[in-house]
Amino acid sequence: MSDVQDYNSRLSDPNSRKMETFSYLPQLTDAELRKQVEYIIANGWNPGIEHTEPEHSMANYWYMWKLPMFGETDVDVIFTEIELCKKANPKNHVRLIGYDNFKQSQGTAMVVHRAEFSV
Amino acid sequence: MNDQTKPGKKYKAGVTDYRDNYWEPDYVPKDSDILACFKVTPQPGLPREEVAAAVAAESSTGTWTTVWTDLLTDLDYYKGRAYAIEDVPGDDESYYAFIAYPMGLFEEGSVVNVFTSLVGNVFGFKALRALRLEDVRFPLWFVTGCAGPPHGIQVERDKLNKYGRPLLGCTIKPKLGLSAKNYGRACYEGLRGGLDFTKDDENINSQPFMRWRDRFQFVQEAIEKAQAETGEVKGHYMNVTAPDVEEMFKRAEFAKELGTPIIMSDYLTIGWAAQNSLSKWCRDNGILLHVHRAMHGVIDRHPKHGINFRVLAKMLRLLGGDHLHSGTVVGKLEGDRAATLGWVDLMREKFIKEDRSRGIFFDQDWGQMPGVMPVASGGIHVWHMPALVNIFGDDACLQFGGGTLGHPWGNAAGAAANRVALEACVKARNEGRELEKEGKDILTAAAKHSPELKIAMETWKEIKFEFDTVDKLDVTHK
Repeated sequence: MSDVQDYNSRLSDPNSRKMETFSYLPQLTDAELRKQVEYIIANGWNPGIEHTEPEHSMANYWYMWKLPMFGETDVDVIFTEIELCKKANPKNHVRLIGYDNFKQSQGTAMVVHRAEFSV
Repeated sequence: MNDQTKPGKKYKAGVTDYRDNYWEPDYVPKDSDILACFKVTPQPGLPREEVAAAVAAESSTGTWTTVWTDLLTDLDYYKGRAYAIEDVPGDDESYYAFIAYPMGLFEEGSVVNVFTSLVGNVFGFKALRALRLEDVRFPLWFVTGCAGPPHGIQVERDKLNKYGRPLLGCTIKPKLGLSAKNYGRACYEGLRGGLDFTKDDENINSQPFMRWRDRFQFVQEAIEKAQAETGEVKGHYMNVTAPDVEEMFKRAEFAKELGTPIIMSDYLTIGWAAQNSLSKWCRDNGILLHVHRAMHGVIDRHPKHGINFRVLAKMLRLLGGDHLHSGTVVGKLEGDRAATLGWVDLMREKFIKEDRSRGIFFDQDWGQMPGVMPVASGGIHVWHMPALVNIFGDDACLQFGGGTLGHPWGNAAGAAANRVALEACVKARNEGRELEKEGKDILTAAAKHSPELKIAMETWKEIKFEFDTVDKLDVTHK
């Protein structure tokens, strides 16, 4: 059994809380995140930013940061808004959404900033 | 021409050639017709037109002899017509017969009625050595009369809060014999490791070793704990397949009482009417419906006889289901790649164009009917992930049974390995990388920060299923 590794996930450990797409990978670097933003733009999706207190992360509705950025194709503008949202809400998780208005759904969504929290 | 329906026609008993009434090469199919393409393998020596006409007759209004009551109706309207015959590429003994059926032949919204005609007595017809229904074009009036998927792909994503990636599942093994509490343990481990769903196998119903109510209760606890632990929405396909319809709904009602998000049926073995009823119940009660396809291999695998799976897939979309097993292309089970891509599109797109290179014989317009999520399951493991993400895209559920539970460190580690591999592939694809070419590099890089994935890659590296497909598309000319 010494070869078998324990799976370290606990109700009592905040690090066990996952955040859907890409949350099983290491936090994306800025360069990696840029490529995902480019992917959202290339699909013609509308970027949107949302944030929430970590204890309410399972709610469907997080707080919208302003409005979705309809038609925005400039990666830098989207990055700036992510930074502004983080600064204004330093204790909150922040996620980036690509709204697909043809499928009437989200084409993708990913947490771009994971706040420190305890359980 | 011996036309039974001409004005002034007098009744004359006897047997006429089918082609006199049912072969109309000049007929232009109407938008409202149900169209069918059959692959016909006749007894030797029979003329093609006669056999095609016989198929049209025997699957619609005709019988072997003239009857006086033919003259009491507008037979010319009600008959199915063979309107085209085509060679099957690379095959000298079989050919395709195209048949058009008028809308008045069928009960609105009844898949059961359509197929009782199309695959009824005609399949036992002696003049044929074999017969295969290759494709059916359902006109929009028929599609809109059917309930369709209870929720569809977009609503499922919204309910589960999962976007931008395929869903990840696992069928619990061994298929049979676990106690309900041990079974719930296996589910819990998989879900806490990063799966979205675990699944009852098709033949888990309510056997003496594990009665359904006990299973549902233990598994629901597993779902709830894994959700609290991971902060993500989880589900288990609670199989409500039962010996009778009343029992099936009793189990479904109990699943609803538990607050579980998804249940499961086996549409071919429970029957199409039961499937239609269960699907409507699922929409009324806000519960997703996963659909297994046990018995499909009996019906769809022989290249010359039966019903092609693309027709069974269309049928399920009409009957209603949110998930349907589609084959994997790469795992242990049968599945030609182009043909699989064809029926995957038929499950989830709004409009699918005729494309013989993928076995699609007709344009199919689904109007506003939601799509069904294809489920890729059977003999797949982490090494298949790049190909699976490339083949299926985001709107699919990838299901690893042995490829999760067979991990040397257990289900949670196996689940985590698959989840990491999945996300690494999605990330790489979004970055514009070619998954099937660079798959090894992508997985190897991801394994650097996931010991679970590293061990999984070492465990399954050599397992392959490289047998040739039995049911191939008819696209190779000799």
